[in-house]
Amino acid sequence: MANPHFDAATSRERCRRFRKRILDISQTVGALHIAPAFSCLELVDTVYFGLMNRSGNPESDDTFILSKGHGSLAQFVTLEELGILPSEQLENYCKPGWPLATHPDYGTPGIEASTGSLGHGLGLAVGMAYADKMNGKDRDIYLVLSDGELMEGSVWEALMVAPSFGITRIVALVDLNDFQSLGQTSKILPNFYPMLEKIRAFGWEAVEVDGHDSQAIYNAVTRRNKTRPMVLLGKTTKGKGVTYMENVPVWHYRSPNPEEYRQAVKQIEES
Amino acid sequence: MRNAFANAFYELAKNDRRIYLVVADITAAAGVASFQKESPERFLNVGVAEQMMIGMCAGLALRGCIPFAYTIATFTIYRPFEQVRVDCAYQNLAVKLVGVGAGVNYSTLGGTHHAQEDVAIMSAVPNMTVLAPCDPAETALVTRESIRVPGPVYLRLGKAGEPDLTSAADPFRFGKIRFIKHGADACFLAYGPITKMALDVAARLERENKKSCAVVSVHSLKPLDEDGLRQVLSQFPAVIVLEEHAPTGGLGPRVKELAWDIAAPCKLKSFSLKDEFIHVYGSHADLLKAHGLEAGLIYEDVCRFAFASN
Repeated sequence: MANPHFDAATSRERCRRFRKRILDISQTVGALHIAPAFSCLELVDTVYFGLMNRSGNPESDDTFILSKGHGSLAQFVTLEELGILPSEQLENYCKPGWPLATHPDYGTPGIEASTGSLGHGLGLAVGMAYADKMNGKDRDIYLVLSDGELMEGSVWEALMVAPSFGITRIVALVDLNDFQSLGQTSKILPNFYPMLEKIRAFGWEAVEVDGHDSQAIYNAVTRRNKTRPMVLLGKTTKGKGVTYMENVPVWHYRSPNPEEYRQAVKQIEES
Repeated sequence: MRNAFANAFYELAKNDRRIYLVVADITAAAGVASFQKESPERFLNVGVAEQMMIGMCAGLALRGCIPFAYTIATFTIYRPFEQVRVDCAYQNLAVKLVGVGAGVNYSTLGGTHHAQEDVAIMSAVPNMTVLAPCDPAETALVTRESIRVPGPVYLRLGKAGEPDLTSAADPFRFGKIRFIKHGADACFLAYGPITKMALDVAARLERENKKSCAVVSVHSLKPLDEDGLRQVLSQFPAVIVLEEHAPTGGLGPRVKELAWDIAAPCKLKSFSLKDEFIHVYGSHADLLKAHGLEAGLIYEDVCRFAFASN
């Protein structure tokens, strides 16, 4: 059951802290996916703090899979905030001898599937949801996918199968920032769009909202009809929150230098 | 073999609701047909979508189920290889990957349907167990054991009509090499349906050359029974590996590694498929012959290399 006390202003404040935390981590490693994490922060935050049932019972708690594994920092800082992922692990992100790396690994506290290669999460979710249905479990599976990930054929196999198998308990949130590694999707693959109609044609409920508006995300998901699985297209800005990163492909994987770091922190704090 | 699998699967799944069969529009008859009829909710046809088949299996396994994926070997593991590697092996999940008609069994269907390098590929994947029974009875035994393996398993099967080779064999011990015929002058190591060819060559060597030959079924290619193989390499004056698999990455190279490591005193030779896609067709036997695998050819070769001085 969704959290009835979810508050968008608090979510905004948390995401501001999360962005700052990710920038801090960026100063300890050579390279990391900052812009992909900033792009999906509000989506991830709203799932964890607004939508998921997290009572601590592994048999009934909702599941979250970050299918766009390269956005892992968004999930790691959230899990740290929730006390699930020890801060010590995040302090030693990508350090020799420590287990936390660029992509989420199954077995890490709070990580329910290994991701990093795109196009895997939705297939896993279909299997999990089917097992839940068979075992009479009352729980939802949330995923965050990237829009580039929707270019993988495996995603469409899963989109076809889930509603055909009567699966309703999947909510897939797509980080629709219109950027892939090498440039702007609408220019590279114009026929990627329209997306909403494609997904609806596969039998899913589909909506499009501002992916940085936590309240809009929360409202859309809590008001879903629940007779079909849902895709939420969250329109986002890659690198959201730091002007020089926004929609600039190099920030897919670059780490800011000390001067860039100071600028970025200042912007986040003043936002 | 596929019916032996199907019947063993049926017996397992009847009593264990964790077991599912996920297929990609190709299924088995016999016990699987009964299973589909009696437990349709655990028989899942995802359509011609092999990535989905394996991803779904991994998702089921993440929830504690024991899913079997079933189709022609090339489509079980090649088409969805990344799902096999990442979803199943990287996460070390109890998914059982059943590949039917491995090797060049689907002879006239051509290279698209020939899994001739599957053992090499699957053995190279960490956490993977690779099993290849030699006959229907061993298929049933291996299928039953596979659900006790906590991680992913690749079950490499033949197709239909394979003869029984193990009625007089030593008792089956999972993961251990198994003598299906004893002998003293030479030992054949084989796996899968081609083990029959090893038995035929061994019989002729006994009949015509008075050489007593052992034949061993190596049903577990990973983990490999290295101790058992070292003993064979130490005890027999001649060891012959026969496999329906590419020359790279199969049993032959592994046995040669072991032989080198222990400075084995035996003569050692391996027979395999060629490192080629062969564009001539015919029966399974015709395809094997085109690859150089034929009882008469192997008999002559073994006579020359193992028993020439006699």
